[in-house]
Amino acid sequence: MTGEASALRAAGGTGSEAMISFRNVSKHYGGGTAAVENLSMDIDRGAITVLVGPSGCGKTTSLRMINRMVEPTSGSILVDGQDIAAQRASELRRSMGYVMQSSGLLPHRTVLDNITTVPRLNGVSKPEARKRAAELLDVVGLASALGKRYPGQLSGGQQQRVGVARALAADPPILLMDEPFSAVDPVVRHELQEELLRLQRDLAKTIVFVTHDIDEATVLGDRVAVFATGGRLAQYAAPEEILRAPVDDFVAGFVGRDRGFRRLSFQAGDGVPIHPVETIRVHLLADPDTPVGSSWTLAVDDDGRPQGWVPQAKREEIRSGTDLVPGGSLYRRGDSLRRALDAALSAPSGLGVAVDDDGRVIGVVQAAEVLELIEEARLDRGRADHNTAV
Amino acid sequence: MDYSSSNLLVQMFEWLTFGPNWSGPEGIPVRVVEHLGYTALTILIAAAVAVPIGLLVGHTGRGRIFIVSGVGILRALPTLGVLILFVLLAGLGLMPPIWALVLLAVPPILAGVYAGISSVNPAVVDAARSMGMSELQVLFRVELPNGLQVILGGFRAAVLQVVATAAVVAFINLGGLGVFLIEGTQLRDNGRLFGGAVVIAVVAIAVDGVMALLQRFAVSPGLRTSRIPVEPSKTGGQEAHASSQGGTT
Repeated sequence: MTGEASALRAAGGTGSEAMISFRNVSKHYGGGTAAVENLSMDIDRGAITVLVGPSGCGKTTSLRMINRMVEPTSGSILVDGQDIAAQRASELRRSMGYVMQSSGLLPHRTVLDNITTVPRLNGVSKPEARKRAAELLDVVGLASALGKRYPGQLSGGQQQRVGVARALAADPPILLMDEPFSAVDPVVRHELQEELLRLQRDLAKTIVFVTHDIDEATVLGDRVAVFATGGRLAQYAAPEEILRAPVDDFVAGFVGRDRGFRRLSFQAGDGVPIHPVETIRVHLLADPDTPVGSSWTLAVDDDGRPQGWVPQAKREEIRSGTDLVPGGSLYRRGDSLRRALDAALSAPSGLGVAVDDDGRVIGVVQAAEVLELIEEARLDRGRADHNTAV
Repeated sequence: MDYSSSNLLVQMFEWLTFGPNWSGPEGIPVRVVEHLGYTALTILIAAAVAVPIGLLVGHTGRGRIFIVSGVGILRALPTLGVLILFVLLAGLGLMPPIWALVLLAVPPILAGVYAGISSVNPAVVDAARSMGMSELQVLFRVELPNGLQVILGGFRAAVLQVVATAAVVAFINLGGLGVFLIEGTQLRDNGRLFGGAVVIAVVAIAVDGVMALLQRFAVSPGLRTSRIPVEPSKTGGQEAHASSQGGTT
């Protein structure tokens, strides 16, 4: 049923919406192994579409067929309504930005000259291309002094930022990203993901993003295509839907055990009640006569940023900021229910610290109340699903 | 000439410091110029033959077996024997000995160009192609500059070998620094023989030094990551990791 419905949508959808269309595309390698099997999908204009799946599922092959780095065995691919097989491969590639996992930068060229590569191929003059490259360094959050360095002198995260800047240099409408953040450590990866989302809000490119990490897929994707081994497209939907209603056992297994919890990322935490909390300035801790009223008191710095907890029972032992019981994760006002719940569960006091945009404490949230909201949302959705089904 | 001692080293020193040996149409400077001229001509011809083949095979990966076996066979040839063969076949003149030297110079240049091009990180080549470079642009703007260190290494080896071996052209009266070796042997003039050998060695070392400098300035600083100090920053640990990787590859 759902398969038919989505097929109808794909066929009947307005032509202008899809930026990239796969039409019955297959790729077989010698010996008959199928990398991609009869793939038909439409990729939305101005959105991030994530291709995700285990290794050998054909997600990278599918991506590389879009810029003809791999030629399909059968079927056709349309970009902006034009069959790419009829276009010159090198020109097609220059019309799309390409970011790859690592070592994609040209090691013999400076950062600035790497970024100017495609504009220079397109015949833009050197000074003009360099001027634009310097602006792009700023866009991707790199200091302009880095422009004179060589890729080998940059950290992994910086290299990937340069890779993104280079892909954007000719201002292409399409960005192809092949596991661009998988070789950097988790902290840097998270930063780069946030940066990409921030950039995308301004640029609204059509981004096709390949990853094997379902978390990354659900964080970044407007739509997520889950590929199964053998090059079969198992499910293609909004990330929230993939987590809520995996279409088969393969997708359910791939999405993993925590999918229920992860799905909370898509539920706004606006309704979570924020309660007042007793706070104490860190510098007052030194004076043992400063009383703490509640069983758990939050220590803050002079700007009101949370520093840690003071349990009433141990007030005598805590004399400075270093003695505090460390706090849990923070819930920024407006974050998802997942963040709210995590803040509450990770705090030693059971109270999740809520902060404003500047990081100042505005109160605390409680796990039980977050769970109530989750339950309410579930019931609402149940009714909504029931109504549409009828 | 008369030497003050029968000691070889003393004779050599006296020959090298004897003023008249450094002037005239048969003096050392003229012979050095002749010698370098033959070397340059040989390297030019060898490069014209070997570089295009090396670039083609390195870029496409096709014909690798041709390079490996061809280089092996050429290296096994004795240059003096080939020279005599060519002279017997083609007669006296400038070109037969030059061709013999070309056969000596081709293998290191060919192997160097091929190895240089094919050693470039495939991910870098893939990235260049993905950005929309044509095959020629990939070859000349990416593979050549990235393989330059190895390619110039091949040239260095070729030049060194030709400079050291070009003495053979003196066998057929073409001059060059080999003249001193032949005359020294025929006249039993050990000062001349060893002095000439020293001049050849000094010229070879000097030319190699020039080539080393060329290599240093021609290769992009970005390819010498291990020598570039990485400035510490927030992500210092990672940078050190990246640079140590760069150093080993």
